[in-house]
Amino acid sequence: METHASSGLPVGTRRAIAYVVLGIFTFLCLIWFYILLINATRSHAEMTRGFTMLPSTHIFENWENLVNGTIPIAKGFVNSLTVSVCSSVLCVYFSAMTAYAINTYRFKGRDAIAAFILAIMMIPGQVTVLGFIQLINNMKLDDTIIPLIIPSIASPVTYFYFRQYMASNLPMSLVEAARIDGSGEFRTFNTIIMPLLKPAISVQVIFSFVGSWNNYFTPALILHTDSKKTLPVLIAQLRGADWLRFDMGQVYIMIAASIFPVILIYLFLSKYIVGGITSGAVKG
Amino acid sequence: MAKKSSGTTARYNRWGYIFLIPFFLVYVIFSFIPLASTIYNSFFENYYSGLTQIGPKFIGLENYIKLLSSPEIWKYLGNTLIMWIGGFIPQITVALILAYWFSDPSLKLKGQRFFKTVIYMPNLIMASAFSMLFFALFADAGPINQMLISLHILKEPFKFMNSIAASRILIMLMNFLMWFGNTTILLLAGMLGIDGSLYEAAEVDGASASQIFFRITMPILRPIFIYVLITSLIGGLQMYDVPQILTNGKGTPAGSTTTVIMNLNQYLTSKNFGMGGALSVYMFIITGILSLVVFRINSAKKD
Repeated sequence: METHASSGLPVGTRRAIAYVVLGIFTFLCLIWFYILLINATRSHAEMTRGFTMLPSTHIFENWENLVNGTIPIAKGFVNSLTVSVCSSVLCVYFSAMTAYAINTYRFKGRDAIAAFILAIMMIPGQVTVLGFIQLINNMKLDDTIIPLIIPSIASPVTYFYFRQYMASNLPMSLVEAARIDGSGEFRTFNTIIMPLLKPAISVQVIFSFVGSWNNYFTPALILHTDSKKTLPVLIAQLRGADWLRFDMGQVYIMIAASIFPVILIYLFLSKYIVGGITSGAVKG
Repeated sequence: MAKKSSGTTARYNRWGYIFLIPFFLVYVIFSFIPLASTIYNSFFENYYSGLTQIGPKFIGLENYIKLLSSPEIWKYLGNTLIMWIGGFIPQITVALILAYWFSDPSLKLKGQRFFKTVIYMPNLIMASAFSMLFFALFADAGPINQMLISLHILKEPFKFMNSIAASRILIMLMNFLMWFGNTTILLLAGMLGIDGSLYEAAEVDGASASQIFFRITMPILRPIFIYVLITSLIGGLQMYDVPQILTNGKGTPAGSTTTVIMNLNQYLTSKNFGMGGALSVYMFIITGILSLVVFRINSAKKD
């Protein structure tokens, strides 16, 4: 694409308009997190007096009050981390394995299976959640984090991404060379294929981690004991608490603790993430 | 010789099935069996009246009929669609404009990486925490009201959460903020993929900018548009976290922000498995049909 045809306005004006509009949307995206950050540093008393754009000094005090309060935030943090790490590792490893099976081997029913996984890809988990909860109850896994981890082994979206990636980045000659060297199929996958998938793996680990970290619907239905809850469930609990009697400093620091870890990861890895969004979707 | 080599390949190809075992085992246990039992439940009267369980008693399609003949579900579907459309229209419009600017080489926009990083960021934010944040910011004594009063725009706090329009607009705004960056990047990838010689030829023929946009850019982007529209609709029908947290699960004011999935959640927490099942099956059918469209786009791509 060399040039677009010139519209009525001169390029300089159009560029200026573009920057102004982009500036507005940048502001719209960031202002909420800026206020969050500021308010997380202010005490409840300061906040009732009005809003200022400058931070205060109470951030550690707010954090301590929260940790020593009624909501088990530290435990929630650990629970969220455990669920997200375990499910993203399982999700990525087994999705790559599934994609490798479809990509590498020519077996009966392969096309039908590939079409089937593609067809179920968009069906949301919410439509089966009723049966899922009953199953979890029957398996005596209610109020545990296991049902939040194991199902991520079957993740059609991640599979789809790996399959696209393998189709263009994985030469079959490599697999054949490994066979001639006497490497077993399973060992080939683990020691030769997986390292080659590193770029795809890092993108998908992040997406899977974030998806799991942010997940609220299913954990809210499965986790009942306070000490087992993940962060989104605790946030909902905070929302349900007696609002007027609550220390707003604690509210803001809790929201900040749920949001900022993901923002930090994102800022370090945004190059890969933004590039990874399009790879799983259609191209024109 | 030929026989031997095909035998070896066949032996290797058996590994295809072995590598598929984890996926299918987990899929069957945690998705397929739950789906089957959700459908099974939908044919039974099974709920709690106080502490006593009514049923389970087989009643055929009665739950399905009862659900569609109750005015609530139509109201909730309406709420869901209104809030989805209210977020989607600005989302696709803004995304289209931004993607067009990003891809226009004559503009030579600087800092594209920065802008893309910023506008995509809200997509990764925990929706429940984002919603909680909006609830705190737009509370009666929250910072937004404080600012508006100190700037003398308002005399007394505006009660956002008591206004149907304001509550819905806040939900639409959050949905918009969470998704417009994602859509921008998808559309941008499509626009950058368009062959530049098409534009040159059009310019040589004396086409205007708007002609080029509507006759070349838009038709080529059509599959991406359909993809974005359908996936966004599927996502919109699942709208739950944002309104659930913002209104503490009550859909306030006056049930105007209760979505279909919030309603499903109410059935599940009150253990009304019959009606919950019927609602799930309806949602399954609708999202199934919509998925089929996405499926066809995705398969068409590979030719």
